[in-house]
Amino acid sequence: MIQADRVVTSTCPYCGVGCQVDLYVKQEMIYRVDGRFDNDVNRGALCVKGRFGYDYVHAPDRLTTPLIKDGDGRFQPAGWAEALDLVADRLLAIRDQYGPDSIAILTSAKCTNEENYLLQKLARAVIGTNNVDHCARL
Amino acid sequence: MAGLAATVGSGAMTNSIKDIVEADVLLVTGSNTTEAHPVLSLQMKRAVRERGARLILIDPRRIELADFAYLHLRQKPGTDVALFNAMAHAIIAHDWVNERFVRECTEGFEAVKTAVADWTPERAAIVTGLPPSKIVAAARMYAMAKNSAIFWAMGITQYTTGTDNVKALSNLALLTGQIGRPGTGLNPLRGQNNVQGACDLGGLVNVFPGYQKVADEAARRKFAAGWGVPYESLSPVPGLTVTEMMNGVVDGRIKGMYIMGENPMLSDPNLNHVRHALSQIEFLALQDIFMNETAEMAHVILPAASFAEKSGTFTNTERRVQLVRPVLSAPGEARPDWQIITEIANRMGHDWSYDSPEDIFTEMAALTPQYAGMSYERLAPGGLQWPCPTPDHPGTPVLHVGQFARGKGLLIPVDYKPPMEVTDGEYPFILSTGRILFHWHGGTMSRRSPGLEAIAPAAEVEINPADAAAYGIGDGDWVRVASRRGQVVTEAKVTERSPVGTVFMTFHYAEVAVNLLTIDAVDPTAKIPEYKVCAVKIEKVEQPEELAV
Repeated sequence: MIQADRVVTSTCPYCGVGCQVDLYVKQEMIYRVDGRFDNDVNRGALCVKGRFGYDYVHAPDRLTTPLIKDGDGRFQPAGWAEALDLVADRLLAIRDQYGPDSIAILTSAKCTNEENYLLQKLARAVIGTNNVDHCARL
Repeated sequence: MAGLAATVGSGAMTNSIKDIVEADVLLVTGSNTTEAHPVLSLQMKRAVRERGARLILIDPRRIELADFAYLHLRQKPGTDVALFNAMAHAIIAHDWVNERFVRECTEGFEAVKTAVADWTPERAAIVTGLPPSKIVAAARMYAMAKNSAIFWAMGITQYTTGTDNVKALSNLALLTGQIGRPGTGLNPLRGQNNVQGACDLGGLVNVFPGYQKVADEAARRKFAAGWGVPYESLSPVPGLTVTEMMNGVVDGRIKGMYIMGENPMLSDPNLNHVRHALSQIEFLALQDIFMNETAEMAHVILPAASFAEKSGTFTNTERRVQLVRPVLSAPGEARPDWQIITEIANRMGHDWSYDSPEDIFTEMAALTPQYAGMSYERLAPGGLQWPCPTPDHPGTPVLHVGQFARGKGLLIPVDYKPPMEVTDGEYPFILSTGRILFHWHGGTMSRRSPGLEAIAPAAEVEINPADAAAYGIGDGDWVRVASRRGQVVTEAKVTERSPVGTVFMTFHYAEVAVNLLTIDAVDPTAKIPEYKVCAVKIEKVEQPEELAV
């Protein structure tokens, strides 16, 4: 039997039930997922997605570098500094020219609480708009 | 959410997964629980099989839960308010009202009594297609049991009358006092893993974190102080929702968009309209873990870390905040979303200095009353259910015990309104959309997992055998499904799961994007699109090459 390099407890990323999982890692690959029993949410159970649906983390087409669209409409790899500068400059320019409510932000029901908190803070405290929503309705 | 917030003061699931087995009657409506919330459905099955609970299933489709149901009411899609009003009518007419509860804990009884007076089961039968006796039986079973719990999901809310549907369900619980105890309550099942948290932490147009209203001056002063920004810089005006944002791009109000981990080009209704909008935006930036249909239209794409590569918290459907722990490092130069957002804020002239998600959590909990007593240390053993207001508070498994969040529970009269688009001679079928067990949302995650993709590799349209026979369609035949907004070609699955006159598709498959067909009509309060009903026509086609246009 494969010996895991490490086993880490986390929360399943699929649905709103929030099953507690143990992620088994060998050579930087999640190779096994078990449901944890010590909780009142899933008590060891997992569905087919929660047990077998983690390959996407290792998918070869993960985005691994910032991309900026060039004049011909093609994406070109870029450094973080260049990409972040561009985003900040364009958002500031649009805000200054058209006002804060000309910018809209979508947060994510797939991201963490901390990330949702920060992005709505960016919308409200940095840009100055309440145009901040996510796909709860969809 | 808007419906429950109005009637009981909080939009969240009132009860816990753990206490489902304590219910004597489960009323499940608009939730295909075994496919969309599989592990939670195990508790429903346990309640039925091991504890002898009775399941009332209210759903047009013959889903797996039908095998566990004592009563299955297959109403015509979009007629829920008529049905729930008739159940309320029966409860009042037969004296099944919990009079003491109504007197002491609620207000608005007379208004609802008047509103449902005309909604006799016989009248509802005409609208819903259900026998009156079955409506009365469901009402009696729900009202008379010691503990009855209601569960629903998007099959209740994704209608132009979604808020009314929820209010009508809420009326049933308030009339009968089936709330505030284990095994009872009003339980909306949240879809995405952290949709509850995204709402809790202010990913909504009208509220700061903790549902504190942006229109409220005290709330704006609190957040201005907490964030170290001038009070005047926080806008008191609620913003635009997703659907309104797209219209805003078209009419020129919205010039720039920033999208984190979402794909509106697949998940929004009426995709041709979304494409039209995003193609004319001045600037679109997006952070995600994969290229997707929306990213193709962006000017800048920032690579993000997946859940396995960062720490943080998710809040599940029962309000339980649980830890996410990193197990891998992010591929290439991908970074956690929180670092990306912090970098952008600082480049826009601010001075954020978060060391870690835990650092962010501490700031967030201090400003969010429901989370105020939580810390990563306290969350580690198994999470905590909000509200958890102080460091020694044990969390709250059941809401509204003894008293409602808003004081008294509010009975609100609602009247039946038909869906925005009804069938006619040209578009004679109702199209309803939803999920299947093996895939998730737009398929970004699940369709990259070979094991899941092998089981469910292609989109299908579910058609009742009688309808299929009438159109000469066999199982596995190619079918064009067209609405007034677009068309797709997909394989037919001939099955009794779909009622006569209704076809069903999922939104998991980008190559057969069902949201080309759906209507972008929304509920006037919650702004949720009407994904569960639009009018379509179907025809058998020979050429499978001809896919979505």
